[in-house]
Amino acid sequence: MRAFAELEQYLDTPQAGLSAAERATGYLQAGEEILEQWIIAHGNDPAEGKKEGFRILALQRQGSKGDPSFNACRETCRELVFHYNLVQQKNADDNVGDILNMMELVAKHLVLFVGGKMQNAELGEFCCSSKSLRLSPDDINAVTGVNDA
Amino acid sequence: MTKEIDTADRKEKYKKVAYYPGCALEGSAQSYDKSTRAVGKKLGLELVEIKDWNCCGAMEVKNVDPEIQTYLSSRVMSLAKNESKQDVVMAPCNGCYHNLKKAEYDISNKEKSKAVVEKISGKAGHKAYESGEVETIHALDWIKFGYGEEELKRKIKGGLKGLKVANYYGCMYTRPRHIFPEKDQGGDSESTSKPHYMDDLLEIAGAENVEFPLKTACCGGAHTLSDSDMSTKLVLNILQAAEAAGAEVIATECPTCHSGLEMHQIRALKRLSKETNVKVIYFTQLLGMAMGISPRKVGLNANISDSMKFMKQKGIA
Repeated sequence: MRAFAELEQYLDTPQAGLSAAERATGYLQAGEEILEQWIIAHGNDPAEGKKEGFRILALQRQGSKGDPSFNACRETCRELVFHYNLVQQKNADDNVGDILNMMELVAKHLVLFVGGKMQNAELGEFCCSSKSLRLSPDDINAVTGVNDA
Repeated sequence: MTKEIDTADRKEKYKKVAYYPGCALEGSAQSYDKSTRAVGKKLGLELVEIKDWNCCGAMEVKNVDPEIQTYLSSRVMSLAKNESKQDVVMAPCNGCYHNLKKAEYDISNKEKSKAVVEKISGKAGHKAYESGEVETIHALDWIKFGYGEEELKRKIKGGLKGLKVANYYGCMYTRPRHIFPEKDQGGDSESTSKPHYMDDLLEIAGAENVEFPLKTACCGGAHTLSDSDMSTKLVLNILQAAEAAGAEVIATECPTCHSGLEMHQIRALKRLSKETNVKVIYFTQLLGMAMGISPRKVGLNANISDSMKFMKQKGIA
């Protein structure tokens, strides 16, 4: 599993000599590694299972358990899967450069978003909200208890 | 209830609404306020600004005590109902819209929230807000249903023709899902995973909407002060994605996102030597210009990013 800086660098570096399918798989894997980092940092073992056929979706769901604000990256993960599927459905000689470029930017967003959240570890129920100063952890759970996952 | 009856009902209900501009629209997002009022006037939709409105609790109060935020938002809704005598509150700011929706949910579902609202309202000397007394809507709902899409088609006639737009909704318009029970209901309802109301309105105005996968992505607003570089990278990535999608303009409907995109676009050039040229414009500004309202009257000159020359070149301003 690569560190955030490595993943960011990977996504900033042109991927030469790879097929479209390999590039798409690489971006999807980068997305999984980002979510693994988040889950491990929260003291859990990353799930090996899949949701709707994709591990990244299972990891996203796992990462948002007890932390609804993590759902802010749910659509980003789904977009990664969508772009991956687009690439897989194309023929080998189809031009998929634009799709791959967009997939790279979507993966980059995931790295930056999750990385940012981990640096600001006390973010609370919503991304733009830190944990409430006056509340105990139990109260926070009571207030933020509805998990959208 | 059929889709037709629901739409007709909303058209009547949204014709005249309580207006809650919120702090941002009085400050950094004056052009959003200006363009919202100008568009409403042009379409014959009436806004009754809530007298003595207060902060919705935004992020700052919520960070100290979420129940106080619930009270603050409830006071705005109580004023709308009991002082302005309106059944609908329109909040163009995503933060205000989100907080009022959250307060409505909490008062309806949490005894503690309801008790806190009643207690503080009593101390403050006003009637406590009761769940369901008003409906909170966004400026997108107001225009889409208050005026009507068919009517808008006749009014605008393709004013934004040739303009490629990425519609950017940000995170607070659809999250968390449970505070927006009216969304994801099929038919004309908004989608929380792929929102489309802004796309719908700007398409009517003639814009060519591009496929934009980051339309609900975080703009880094929360990190702006604590980690500016992270915000700059997040924004730069969104701007680059919009350009990669072929957009000339990013249409916004959230003052926090809008200022973040504008400021970090400049910062990305200064700090990272990364230039992007996509223009950042409020959807109400675009709609207003599409209807022939002058750029100044929709506050285009008050935006940080200079899009006046570009809009003139496109024949829109």
